[in-house]
Amino acid sequence: MYKYEYNSLHDLLTLAEKDGTTLADIVVRHEVESSEVSEEKVRAMMDSRLDVFQESIDAGMNDPGKSVSGLVGGDAHKLAESTPTLLGALAHKAAIYALAVSEANAKMFKIVACPTAGSCGIVPAVMMAEAETLNISRDAMVDALFIASGIGAVVSHNATVAGAVGGCQAECGTAAAMAAAAAASMAGGSNDTILQAFALCLKNTLGLACDPVAGLVEVPCVKRNAVFAVEALAAAEMALAGIKSVIPPDEVIAAMAEIGRIMPVALKETSDGGLARTETGKAIAARLEKAMEA
Amino acid sequence: MGVFDVVGPVMIGPSSSHTAGAARIGLMAREILKDEPKKAVITVYGSFAKTYKGHGTDRALVAGLLGFSADDVRLRTSFSLAEEAGLEIDFHRSDAEVHHPNTVRIAMTGASGRQVEVLGVSLGGGKIEIREINRAEVALNGEEHTLITVHRDQPGIIAQATTVLAIGHINVSNMRVFRSAKNATAVMIVCTDSAVPPEIVHMIENITAIESVVTLRPI
Repeated sequence: MYKYEYNSLHDLLTLAEKDGTTLADIVVRHEVESSEVSEEKVRAMMDSRLDVFQESIDAGMNDPGKSVSGLVGGDAHKLAESTPTLLGALAHKAAIYALAVSEANAKMFKIVACPTAGSCGIVPAVMMAEAETLNISRDAMVDALFIASGIGAVVSHNATVAGAVGGCQAECGTAAAMAAAAAASMAGGSNDTILQAFALCLKNTLGLACDPVAGLVEVPCVKRNAVFAVEALAAAEMALAGIKSVIPPDEVIAAMAEIGRIMPVALKETSDGGLARTETGKAIAARLEKAMEA
Repeated sequence: MGVFDVVGPVMIGPSSSHTAGAARIGLMAREILKDEPKKAVITVYGSFAKTYKGHGTDRALVAGLLGFSADDVRLRTSFSLAEEAGLEIDFHRSDAEVHHPNTVRIAMTGASGRQVEVLGVSLGGGKIEIREINRAEVALNGEEHTLITVHRDQPGIIAQATTVLAIGHINVSNMRVFRSAKNATAVMIVCTDSAVPPEIVHMIENITAIESVVTLRPI
């Protein structure tokens, strides 16, 4: 048993309160004690993840092409060219970046699986858009990413982050909730506010099916990343206003695990249900199969 | 799951299982061949066979065989790079039943004429397992320094090999032994905290009944 080991968000909060410090500090200290790597190196490693976030945003924004299947590509550019009618500047930018990273992923550029490749656009989009808009320091960004990753580790420990095990709530749901926590942290939220942002966000992804068309990480994944980036910001905004989740964060994670267990296998990355089995979804799968045989 | 597994791995998209995992299987296959591959017959099964094109599984496998890691952008153009490197690729899809949905068999011929066949599975999140080498059952995840012996199954071989490791101050983290039958060919897989130096490998090779020893580094 390590001094800073945490297996729940309650553990994480208690450890931080006991030492009068931030959630980020506890996550860093546990990483240092368990990996036996210095704090400086651990922070540098997380910092380099931010570089890849930026690289993947740039790749998605700069490449005009389509994915191999032809299903996705070009929407980040399209949204960036359009003046937002409904969204504020930050949310608009987050949606653009999430499309960019997810399109970059589908087009085989370098990304950070966060927590998975299918959900890789949400955390980078929210963090980078917020950092640019609110002029957040690099240190605060690294702290926020440690918090997001520590929270993700708790979800992985007590539920799952694999679509094949828990459906898309486990992938994009977890990613969005991690992003909400990071957003609240970067905006100066307290430890409790950060966890409330997480809970408010995750609650609203529960039950989400993983039903990718033709088994590819494209439809609905790419656009789902963009919508969930905006949801993460909405949840963080509510938490920053002092709104609390009636169901505590750890119990929301437990609910997600239970829903994942009882969710039909057809909705867990098998492409045997949902959008994948719509008339259009089936037609796309048949077309791609035919193209592969040729 | 550590924090760098949650915010990571850094990889070429689009799928940790179908792209990053495939690249790691290819890289592990190359590591096991211990030679520059000149020909590779690749057969994909299950979900790999169904969706390889859209996930770039084929490009990822070839990238691994060329020695590229899962975050190397050269993965995108691995087929033309293989051609430049003189690596001939023979790619097949199979609808044969397999135990794991993400399965691939790779039969390689190296520059020296050495031939090795491996069966690998991609477990998700970029994690992999090599389950067969030359049709013999193994279990290799590529995450640790590993020593593999092929030997005749008889009493005392395991004790002798681990004694030699102890002499070399090599700490064993995990160990498994597979055999096809009593007194037949057996495979011992020893994962260690540090690399096993050549002189220790040589001492293990000299143990009676040990036919060959291969060491693998983490990929």
